[in-house]
Amino acid sequence: MFKIVEKRFLAPNIVSMDILAPRVANSAQPGQFVIVIADEVGERVPLTICDYDKEKGTVNIVIQSIGASTKKIAQFEEGDYLRDFVGPLGRPSDYVHEDLEEVKKRKYLFVAGGVGTAPVYPQVKWFKEHNIDVDVIIGAKTKELVILEDKMREVAGNLYVCTDDGSYGFSGMVTAMIEELVVNQGKHYDVVIAIGPMIMMKFVCLLTKKLGLKTIVSLNPIMVDGTGMCGACRVNVGGETKFACVDGPEFDGHLVDWDLALKRLAQYKKEEEELAKRGETKVCTCHQGGAN
Amino acid sequence: MDMFKRVPISEQDPKVRATNFDEVCLGYTEEEAMAEASRCLQCKHHPCVGNCPVGIDIPRFIKHIAEGNFAEAAHVLAEYTALPAVCGRVCPQETQCEQKCVRGIKGEAVSIGKLERFAADWAREHNIEVGKTKGKNGFKVAVIGSGPAGITCAGDLAKEGYEVTIFEALHEPGGVLVYGIPEFRLPKDKVVKPEIENLKKLGVKIETDVIVGRTVTIDDLMEKEGYHAVFIGSGAGLPKFMGIPGENLNGVFSANEFLTRNNLMKAYRDDHDTPIKVGKKVAVVGGGNVAMDAARTALRLGADVTIVYRRTEKELPARVEEVHHAKEEGVKFEMLTNPVEVIGDENGWVKAIRCQRMELGEPDESGRRRPVPIKGSEFDMEVDTVIMALGTSPNPLIASTTRGLEVNKKGCLVVDENGQTTREGVFAGGDAVTGAATVILAMGAGKVAARGIDKYIKEKYGEKAQA
Repeated sequence: MFKIVEKRFLAPNIVSMDILAPRVANSAQPGQFVIVIADEVGERVPLTICDYDKEKGTVNIVIQSIGASTKKIAQFEEGDYLRDFVGPLGRPSDYVHEDLEEVKKRKYLFVAGGVGTAPVYPQVKWFKEHNIDVDVIIGAKTKELVILEDKMREVAGNLYVCTDDGSYGFSGMVTAMIEELVVNQGKHYDVVIAIGPMIMMKFVCLLTKKLGLKTIVSLNPIMVDGTGMCGACRVNVGGETKFACVDGPEFDGHLVDWDLALKRLAQYKKEEEELAKRGETKVCTCHQGGAN
Repeated sequence: MDMFKRVPISEQDPKVRATNFDEVCLGYTEEEAMAEASRCLQCKHHPCVGNCPVGIDIPRFIKHIAEGNFAEAAHVLAEYTALPAVCGRVCPQETQCEQKCVRGIKGEAVSIGKLERFAADWAREHNIEVGKTKGKNGFKVAVIGSGPAGITCAGDLAKEGYEVTIFEALHEPGGVLVYGIPEFRLPKDKVVKPEIENLKKLGVKIETDVIVGRTVTIDDLMEKEGYHAVFIGSGAGLPKFMGIPGENLNGVFSANEFLTRNNLMKAYRDDHDTPIKVGKKVAVVGGGNVAMDAARTALRLGADVTIVYRRTEKELPARVEEVHHAKEEGVKFEMLTNPVEVIGDENGWVKAIRCQRMELGEPDESGRRRPVPIKGSEFDMEVDTVIMALGTSPNPLIASTTRGLEVNKKGCLVVDENGQTTREGVFAGGDAVTGAATVILAMGAGKVAARGIDKYIKEKYGEKAQA
């Protein structure tokens, strides 16, 4: 059992929770995720690690309640216990293990979409801790769904916020923001790291391929165990089948077969709808929170 | 009674059981067990024992059953195995103990497995305590994985006085007994959970949700948490696929995914949140026990199921009993058939599986005749779900995050005759060493490693840990 030591709302349906999980907090690195099981009958839900505090032994997760399982988790209150909290899962981001001097030579641009801002945060924080300034784009549908802006501003070099409806910041999607920075303002980047809904990552990749910008994405496919056992999360990367949970979740976005990945994400849609109709707390793991 | 024939055992009617997840075999009554046990010849050279991977004194426990001393029979079993109720159900007795049974020369071998199951079930139902432990010796051992290898190793060491903690990656202990083998073959609440509880009664601690290699490393366990030795029983968890076109279409699942959703996550029950997709027509590719389990599970979920296997029925690696049960329940078999492509519809869902017919050629390195495709024999089988049950391989996570662990070409950990890996104080056994095999072989390896660990620790640190 894992205690929820703090809970707060970041947006009307986006919740942030600090979970007491010392082993996970101690091992977590940028790029990794956790699996949460709410209660005895719950699903294994892959969720984003947003932050971790090794001293307090807590891991911060951000949950957007979209399906029944994420809603169930989001309804837990401070002082409640989650049945299971497993992680950190997946491989840490490449730069964590690379020669720091090499990493310092590159200019990184992070592109965070919606609740994908949460997994971007610990990455940007890692760069800040290593005295590297990176640029960050936060994109959301509308102003109210822009999350973690202040926290991100503390660790980012330049922070650009954009909203699809123009209610806050730059008016337009993250792809328009990237074009604005790279094409119009002539900014130079060596690596783009994009995390958000799969459809957003697809379109970022289409654009950055055109711009010749190397792009890393964090995939959030359907998963069951998250340890390499089930193969539900298989994705086609550069013509090869990979398991997102153990080979990823981060991959070269220009090599990902996005159409296949998007189709696979919809695999349990019918079951979710039927179960939601029956009024049960049933949902997929393919919600947007996914594995990133 | 006819001493050449086994006492028949009652089973759920095939038509009924094809629609439920209750156990197929109902077990012997006391009278039936005593009658079957009386068929044992108590041969002096007892060839059955030599063919048991954990060397159970089979004639001795059977003699107790024949005499009606069921608790005594359970005590004998407990000397050799931590999981008699499990092994009595899932061991391939027909190729082990029962294969060597002298009764089997002229008639049917004694039903050793069913008798083992009877004694274990009887002891559990009558609350017979079977585990005894020596005094604590102060040494700490970490066991990675709570499947058959880990349970056996942990149980044996706890009995010797070691302080044992099992680290389990999933949220329920039991490994393949919980996520892989279905309820109708191995009941979870009735059989597996009590075995785990017995282990806890021996003082073994179980920490679930710990993925060694991610949550904590072996180096940490030994250097920071003070474990004197580690046993790796992490199994062979990674599913294999065929590498044919269309394999990533929606509706193609590994048997691991299908069975994990059903067994571990209990997707077959309405009160659990995890969904499972079974479709109307299912092809299960493969011929092992896992293929039978997946096929019979899909059948119980309401599908029309066909097993597709590239050799003939004679070569099926599954236990004869499982094949027999599957047939009785209505699973169809397409032998000498090999998939070459999965065909999808316009929305990316499986609509058919393209197969070719095979014939048997010359024997291959496994000694079995190699299946050879027949030219121009391709045909499409209309299905909406394909389950790949082609075997599994060890997860590379532990080997890649632990200093000094050597693996072979297949990714299996290399161990010596005591179960010790190439890293001092780190032992391993079960599927992580052999690749996918059986419950009982994993248990045998867990036993060997427990002895190896005991010897290693006592030679290095003495009989008791320094306070």
